[in-house]
Amino acid sequence: MKSLAELKAIREKMQSQVSLRGEDHDHIRVMVGMATCGIASGARPVLTTLSNLVQERKLTDKIAVTQTGCIGLCQYEPIVEVMEPGKDKVTYIKMTPEKAEEVLERHLIGGHVVEKYTLSSAGIK
Amino acid sequence: MYRSHVLVCGGTGCTSSGSQQIMETLREEIAKNGLDQEVAVIQTGCHGLCALGPIMIIYPDATFYSMVKNEDIPEIVSEHLLKGRVVTRLLYQETVTDTGVKALIDTDFYKKQHRIALRNCGVINPENIEEYIGTGGYQALGKVLTEMTPDEVIQVLLDSGLRGRGGAGFPTGLKWKFAKQNDADQKYVCCNADEGDPGAFMDRSVLEGDPHAVLEAMAIAGYAIGASQGYIYVRAEYPIAVQRLKIAIQQARDMELLGNDIFGTGFNFDIDLRLGAGAFVCGEETALMTSIEGNRGEPRPRPPFPAVKGLFAKPTILNNVETYANIPQIIINGPEWFASMGTEKSKGTKVFALGGKINNTGLVEVPMGTTLREVVEEIGGGIPGGHKFKAAQTGGPSGGCIPAEHFDIPIDYDNLISIGSMMGSGGLIVMDDTDCMVDIAKFFLEFTVEESCGKCTPCRIGTKRMLEILTKITEGNATMEDLDKLEELCYYIKENSLCGLGQTAPNPVLSTLRYFRDEYEAHIKEKRCPAGVCKKLLTYNIDREKCIGCGACARQCPAGAISKTDYTAPGKKLPAMAIDPNKCVKCGACMEKCKFSAIYKK
Repeated sequence: MKSLAELKAIREKMQSQVSLRGEDHDHIRVMVGMATCGIASGARPVLTTLSNLVQERKLTDKIAVTQTGCIGLCQYEPIVEVMEPGKDKVTYIKMTPEKAEEVLERHLIGGHVVEKYTLSSAGIK
Repeated sequence: MYRSHVLVCGGTGCTSSGSQQIMETLREEIAKNGLDQEVAVIQTGCHGLCALGPIMIIYPDATFYSMVKNEDIPEIVSEHLLKGRVVTRLLYQETVTDTGVKALIDTDFYKKQHRIALRNCGVINPENIEEYIGTGGYQALGKVLTEMTPDEVIQVLLDSGLRGRGGAGFPTGLKWKFAKQNDADQKYVCCNADEGDPGAFMDRSVLEGDPHAVLEAMAIAGYAIGASQGYIYVRAEYPIAVQRLKIAIQQARDMELLGNDIFGTGFNFDIDLRLGAGAFVCGEETALMTSIEGNRGEPRPRPPFPAVKGLFAKPTILNNVETYANIPQIIINGPEWFASMGTEKSKGTKVFALGGKINNTGLVEVPMGTTLREVVEEIGGGIPGGHKFKAAQTGGPSGGCIPAEHFDIPIDYDNLISIGSMMGSGGLIVMDDTDCMVDIAKFFLEFTVEESCGKCTPCRIGTKRMLEILTKITEGNATMEDLDKLEELCYYIKENSLCGLGQTAPNPVLSTLRYFRDEYEAHIKEKRCPAGVCKKLLTYNIDREKCIGCGACARQCPAGAISKTDYTAPGKKLPAMAIDPNKCVKCGACMEKCKFSAIYKK
């Protein structure tokens, strides 16, 4: 290695992967429902899309994308729940990889809940 | 890109409980479920909780599974990795709460720990240099080579207050400063990885879990003192550490982080391994260097000190693995950061290997000044079986014991010396009321006698005589004059031995004499072992009033020493049993078998 720039390039490439293994209390947790109902309605591409985007944008030190089981609203799967420390849980329903990207952009990065995809906008309590 | 990382511990502890097979099965199952593009399996170094191995952590949710078996893998893959349902029965019990799962960093074992030397152990794959770089690795070397002068590097170490983690606690910066001051055409940087204390294994864990941290620190040391060659002296009994070091050195050379013209600054540095055959004396610095030179590992008198005339008669520094592992962090975070932890004269953290009568056997790293009580009761999870803490042994065969009366002493170099023990490399063996202190002292003396290299008389013959007296005491044949002679010998050997091995060999005897003289006297005057350990002084007896005469003990006895008597206790149907002391081999098998607590020893 002949320069610090080379070292920096490797570091940046690896950083988002290694920091996926961090553990602290102020991570935003994004949970994708991956029970049978979720998987059947296409939750896996949603999960991989979210996980990949978070890593590509080097956000693994702030956002953790994980799976969860069935929450009982099978007809609304794929469901994505966003839990931010100190804020109410936001539940997105009938997600697709495209919608997931929009949620990442506007909600997780921008800080504005994408109302049109949420459970509350679907008119059920 | 992977959405989930499964970390499996590949340290020596977990490897011996089958983690390699687990990783293999895991990869097969992941492929079978079509998850091989989504989930990565990564082998890491030690997490510290060796008692609960094999250990597996699944990120990003940081689920901690302990004592994982090969049969559990299909369930983990199909439930957790595919469907996101945590397999609760395999969770580390400490993380399970009434309301759900607690974060690992909130458990008693990890909460009070502060990991600097162990920061990457269990987090990165030690066989992949890129992961080390991803956590900030080799940044310190880059900073040192491009922004700092050698004197500035040494000043940073001096300011940090870092002291040698091998045991003696000599200030690291001072050692480097002396070596730099001596001009020579060639100087050497050595790493002492000849961890010989019974019970200490933190150096092995660092080498297995984060080998590049040591390589990086050695290169920094080379720059600071003006050396271009480093040697790591590692014991051959650490095959996994040796293997990972070889891989790490090769990867660093391939990336030109070792070799010529590092970072284009004209600085050259390379590292070679030297394997030790496991002689305890080779952990002593002059013996270690003699061994690297290809000679029989024996110490030589100092001065001249290694900083003047060390390896191949050139100025040399020799630091311990754990010391090196701290250095890149000190360079990156600054000396003030490091000096903010610990006590007035002992800065930073120390890794301890917990062993003996303790629930959480394993490795812990705590700030200097943490009390023994916190380490044993909170982090270590206390003593199993409801027994009472009696003493902790630190520093192995060179150290001494800390009795219960000093349970609240903040652990640092100077406090331990003041109570007659020493930090040593950090082995911490916990003893309870079933341990005999005379027997413990004898155990360490047996080790020293075995490991004495024989070069100087006080150590070769003196320790042998000490062991003979200790044996007499434990067999009930000693007199009070023997005890005086033992104590006198201790001081002679301490004063007159050539190297650290002999100079510290009497410490276990001296410190147990200091705090547990009554136990020695009980052995001598009353021919009694208060803890019930020394076999020659024990007799097993049957309480004939309690015995129901079932005969289970007699069937268990390997020596045929138990037979029926004529006496039947009131209310019992069968005659009581009795032990023939002439035939009894004192194995204790009868006592374990008896369901009525009718057998006792005294």
